[in-house]
Amino acid sequence: MSREGFVLLEDGTRFDGQLCGASSGSVGEVVFTTAMGGYQESVTDPSFAGQVLTFTVPHVGNYGVSEQAMESDRIHVRGVVMRAADNSSDAPTADQGWLDWLEASGIPAITQVDTRGLVRHLRSRGAMRGGIFAAADAGTASATVEAEPPMDGQNLAAQVGPSKVVRHGESNSGPRVAAIDTGIKMSIVNQLVERGVRLDLHPCDVSAEELLADDPDAIFLANGPGDPAALDGVVETVRGVLGKKPVFGICLGHQLCCRALGLETFKLPFGHRGVNHPVKDLRTGKIEITSQNHGFAVAAPDGGLRVETDEPIRWETDFGAAELSHVNLYDRTVEGLTLLDVPGSTVQYHPEAGPGPHDARHLFDEFVERITKAAA
Amino acid sequence: MPRRDDIQKILVIGSGPIVIGQAAEFDYSGVQACKVLREEGYEIVLVNSNPATIMTDPEFADATYVEPLLPGPVAAVIEKERPYALLPTLGGQTALNLAKALAEDGTLERFGVELIGADYEAIDRAEDRERFAETMAAAGLKMPRSAIATTLDEAVAALEVIGLPAIIRPAFTLGGRGGGIARDEAEYRSIVERGIEASPIGQVLLDQSVLGWGEFELEVMRDREDNCVIVCSIENIDPMGVHTGDSLTVAPQQTLTDSLYQQLRDQALIVIRAVGVETGGSNVQFAVNPATEEILVIEMNPRVSRSSALASKATGFPIAKIAARLAVGYTLDEIPNDITQVTPASFEPTIDYVVVKWPRFAFEKFPGADPRLSTHMKSVGEVMAFGRTFQQAFAKAMRSRELDSHAKLDGLGVDDLIAALTPAGAERYDFMLEAFRQGATLEQVHEACFVDMWFLRQLQQLALEPDAPFAGERVYRSVDTCAAEFEARTPYFYSGWEQQAAGEVERGDNASVMILGAGPNRIGQGIEFDYCCVHAAMTVRDSGRDAVMVNCNPETVSTDYDTSDRLYFEPLTLEDVLAVAEVEKPEGVIVQFGGQTPLKLAEGLVEAGIKVLGTSVDAIDLAEDRGRFGGLLESLGYQAPPYAEAHSVEQALSVCDEVGFPLLVRPSYVLGGRAMEIVYSQGDLEDYLSRNVREDGRAIYLDRFLENAIEVDVDALCDGTSVWIGGIMQHVEEAGIHSGDSACVLPPHSLGPEMMEAIRQQSEGIAKGLGVVGLCNIQFAVYGAELFVIEANPRASRTVPFVSKAIGLPLAKLACRLMLGETIEDLELPRDPMGHDHVSVKEAVMPFDRFDGADALLGPEMRSTGEVMGVARDFPTAFAKAQAAAGAALPDGGTAFITVTDSDKAGAVAIAQTLHDLGFKIVATRGTREALERMGVPATELMKVGEGSPNVVDMIESGDVTLVVNTPTGSGARSDGWEIRRAAVARSVPCLTTLAGGLAAVRAIASARSGEAEVLSLQEIHRGLYSVEAEA
Repeated sequence: MSREGFVLLEDGTRFDGQLCGASSGSVGEVVFTTAMGGYQESVTDPSFAGQVLTFTVPHVGNYGVSEQAMESDRIHVRGVVMRAADNSSDAPTADQGWLDWLEASGIPAITQVDTRGLVRHLRSRGAMRGGIFAAADAGTASATVEAEPPMDGQNLAAQVGPSKVVRHGESNSGPRVAAIDTGIKMSIVNQLVERGVRLDLHPCDVSAEELLADDPDAIFLANGPGDPAALDGVVETVRGVLGKKPVFGICLGHQLCCRALGLETFKLPFGHRGVNHPVKDLRTGKIEITSQNHGFAVAAPDGGLRVETDEPIRWETDFGAAELSHVNLYDRTVEGLTLLDVPGSTVQYHPEAGPGPHDARHLFDEFVERITKAAA
Repeated sequence: MPRRDDIQKILVIGSGPIVIGQAAEFDYSGVQACKVLREEGYEIVLVNSNPATIMTDPEFADATYVEPLLPGPVAAVIEKERPYALLPTLGGQTALNLAKALAEDGTLERFGVELIGADYEAIDRAEDRERFAETMAAAGLKMPRSAIATTLDEAVAALEVIGLPAIIRPAFTLGGRGGGIARDEAEYRSIVERGIEASPIGQVLLDQSVLGWGEFELEVMRDREDNCVIVCSIENIDPMGVHTGDSLTVAPQQTLTDSLYQQLRDQALIVIRAVGVETGGSNVQFAVNPATEEILVIEMNPRVSRSSALASKATGFPIAKIAARLAVGYTLDEIPNDITQVTPASFEPTIDYVVVKWPRFAFEKFPGADPRLSTHMKSVGEVMAFGRTFQQAFAKAMRSRELDSHAKLDGLGVDDLIAALTPAGAERYDFMLEAFRQGATLEQVHEACFVDMWFLRQLQQLALEPDAPFAGERVYRSVDTCAAEFEARTPYFYSGWEQQAAGEVERGDNASVMILGAGPNRIGQGIEFDYCCVHAAMTVRDSGRDAVMVNCNPETVSTDYDTSDRLYFEPLTLEDVLAVAEVEKPEGVIVQFGGQTPLKLAEGLVEAGIKVLGTSVDAIDLAEDRGRFGGLLESLGYQAPPYAEAHSVEQALSVCDEVGFPLLVRPSYVLGGRAMEIVYSQGDLEDYLSRNVREDGRAIYLDRFLENAIEVDVDALCDGTSVWIGGIMQHVEEAGIHSGDSACVLPPHSLGPEMMEAIRQQSEGIAKGLGVVGLCNIQFAVYGAELFVIEANPRASRTVPFVSKAIGLPLAKLACRLMLGETIEDLELPRDPMGHDHVSVKEAVMPFDRFDGADALLGPEMRSTGEVMGVARDFPTAFAKAQAAAGAALPDGGTAFITVTDSDKAGAVAIAQTLHDLGFKIVATRGTREALERMGVPATELMKVGEGSPNVVDMIESGDVTLVVNTPTGSGARSDGWEIRRAAVARSVPCLTTLAGGLAAVRAIASARSGEAEVLSLQEIHRGLYSVEAEA
């Protein structure tokens, strides 16, 4: 059976390929990741909700899929675009073939696409809406893409977070952390729980009072999908806990915390998605190779999108002074802040990796150590 | 942190001659380092004995010493130049060992020289197997169970811990030389003995075998602020058990989960930190058990390696260049990524293509050698290919190999093909693909070779549908380090196939010239040709045109993206080259610098309407076609040895008497003397033909062999009408030894002015007669007082770099200017460039120690892998330097063993007499002893091999002989000599197999008595001669 298909972007650009995975079509924001491994971790990362993910690495699926590599309970991407998909399941650690799994999960995918051509297009024009379609749907594809709302202003966190509190590490004896679960990755949960943390994941409509009710040792702000500017409710909650409990935020959590401090966020042209971005810790001068997955970023107080300094400069915020702790050496965007007058710190990148390098895992050590000490 | 300004002058050590395990990749890394450090304003002193390197071009350093890479000469350079620092991490194992020796003997301390990049402690921790194992254990990393032994008894005792199969590796050797895998105790004992012998410190490492485990390498960079990045992961398709240099490898790794890969990454960082490599690149090798995911550290190289060259070319991240900057104080974030120009070097390249490296072997050159692949590297070169998918890259690599003969698959069934996979041999993938074509299952193949199922499935698909990966259109894509996330500024391209083409080449409007490279290094076609191609690129750029390089050899300077305006990393087949031409629309293409590889394409290029610059295709044919060339010589009135051409065995046998014995026989169109032999009788000839000739109608050449003639090589330039002689070289060995294997001297040391004039005149006549535009190499034989023309090659020869360095003028650049339209007159050349006060000797470096069982005898078939040069004020000193540089330093005393064939007995007397006068003890076999004693040279008689014990071989093996002179009998009874030479090679005893070589050696020994030779830089030898270069 011929499974001719194509990727269509909102500007009309089309890339042909062969459909694989589930046979329905899919639309969303078309983005790309430059990570060379960890395809299963990526597609199950809730931060990819609402997106059609393009892999720049040609071969995807080489070692199948397994239970251990799940970053959440399901696939969150809307579709997958590849150059050379593989369905083998004979790797010693594989439970199932990649394409079989995509199909069983109802996720459409397309292979033999000139992914480099697609990425070059997105790089110069920016991430945009698009979809995966069967050749037979050529007539309606364009209207389908048009009907998809743009990513700006989308509140997707509520769709991927839990509807009631989920507890992890209940048998642990370490500090208690309450998280606003806007789409947390299992790697973050594991990193915290491995360090003895008792972690409660709250739905993202949780109020500050509810978060503080159990008197946790700290508040964690998770990663997640969508536009931080569409999550004013969560931002309000964060304002309600800042200064009362130490706060640690990652990715979307970083953006929400910064908005709570009074800083603005903006949409990056085509996002940061990969596992090779250099981030400099401005306090130590050390460089970490980081895992990244975000389409929005935090602007400086003066509205500047790039931070040209290599010094840990201080910004005045609604909650006192904040120190710029990390900067991205690719495009000089903000990668992290440390609050000086209230306890708290945030990073834009993913110290938990999954996929990606482990260079920044020490941030979890430092966080847990800090709150353990404060609790003692 | 900015650059260090407390050091001004830096000594860089190269890697010496090309040998197996250490090839042109270190010229690439050294050139990058020299360029960068000079840009930074440092003064550079360079030492490298290999003249065929770009790094030894005088413009890359302030002082360039072509001297032996031994502690004595290098210490002399240090004393003379007084560098502040020594950078030892870019010249392979040779430079690292040398730096270690200079630290240990106190030289560095005495002259206040600091080791930069890696200090002594770090080198020692990585290189000393025991310390490395301790370091890894302390860092919490696992290695294979192992033991160290310095005696056989210790090794046998260790067997209890390690078990069989076991891996044996000698300490401090290149590419595992002298090691192997033992499956039973007898094999174990024999490899242990050999390994102890091969190790300079008499030590072997014994390891638990991890045969069949996955093998992975990570290239790590570290700066002085402890920032670390992984440049590239490399997966060996061949699992553990085949040396990584002999394995097919792929980048990036394909079969590891992210979680497992990140564990390797973590461990690689722990390794570089624990070893303490302060700055620069290191290579860490791992074994991974595919079923249990257990990871073992195998080894680390605290320096730039063959794999780092591969990783640099595969990703576009220039490891050596960045390592050099890091060594002088920069940090990774201070160095820009050349390719994007807007991002820093402190990142990890990500790639959106697949790269396959394929090794090139030369077993056909070494009959009798063990062709099984093991932990002991045996390949002589490699190719690399890019594709958008693994199958594209694999198929491109396969066609890049340029094999002289392909795997013989006729008549083999699935079972035979599967059986041929174990043990692994050079042609295993040819057998594997054929097995799949014939229906072999994945499981069958996997059980025979343990290659990961993912690769096997890909190869099965490729075997069954070879055209499928190439559906769609060919499109040129950038190698950009970042999977298109940022725009690439550096034009480095490969072709891939996509459904719709969207090429990335922005050619501009400037005229371009394509230069076709030499493909994989192999015996007969080595780095010398890459050297010429690089010079061509420089010249084309200087002329204002864009230089466009096409080549597929990752070990070279030509495939550095800095060398040309646009680099196409592509196979050198007509189809691939024409596709580049289609995009480039070049003004012309240069085929005369890349050896036989591009020359073979010339006709096809012309047919496709592409202009070949310089010497015409017809002139090439005129030189190659024996009949036409004979006609030219006849019309010029020059003599050539009688010859005949036959097209069948029968015809060869019928014409042989007409030509007259002895005969030099060879098949047509060969480079490096493939399958060339001297035969003395009809019987010999029949034997030769049955071994080497397939009845396919191609020509067989029979030439009268001029026994004991002096061979002469000439490199000349011609613009079509005038000729300029660049260099005349006299071979040290007599005619019959392949010119690539013979030592040679410039200027000639024993030819009279009349003969020299005759050589000049005939060279001119031939170059003009052929209509050469560019370079021409002519070989002559001086037989008594007569001059015979042997052959002419209207292309760059192997000796071009040597001559250029000897005379101080860049022949390849000059030739390229002629090809671009200038005349000899325009070049304003000195009439006799050789008339200087120094002598240069080139010596070949042989790989016999790599090929157990192969005869260490020189002959008409070329077998050397590389060359060295010795420069001095007189011939004996230059010869001694060349010998020392080639690894066979002549002894200053001890016992010389002499055994020569009857016809050489008179000549051997002079050698023996000199040695005796120098205080050597002479030992000889009966016939030779009698001949010596008749002439009054005292000698002790030794038993021959068959005569009992202790015999000659026992004595060499026990280390009691310091010099061997052994000339083989002309007629082929070579078994005794074979044993002698094998023993000498194993013991690293200089072994001279020709009388002329022996005579030169004893003169050199005598001259060395007058004291340590002076070290000379090329700049001081050629002072004032670079004006021509500056204009070029």
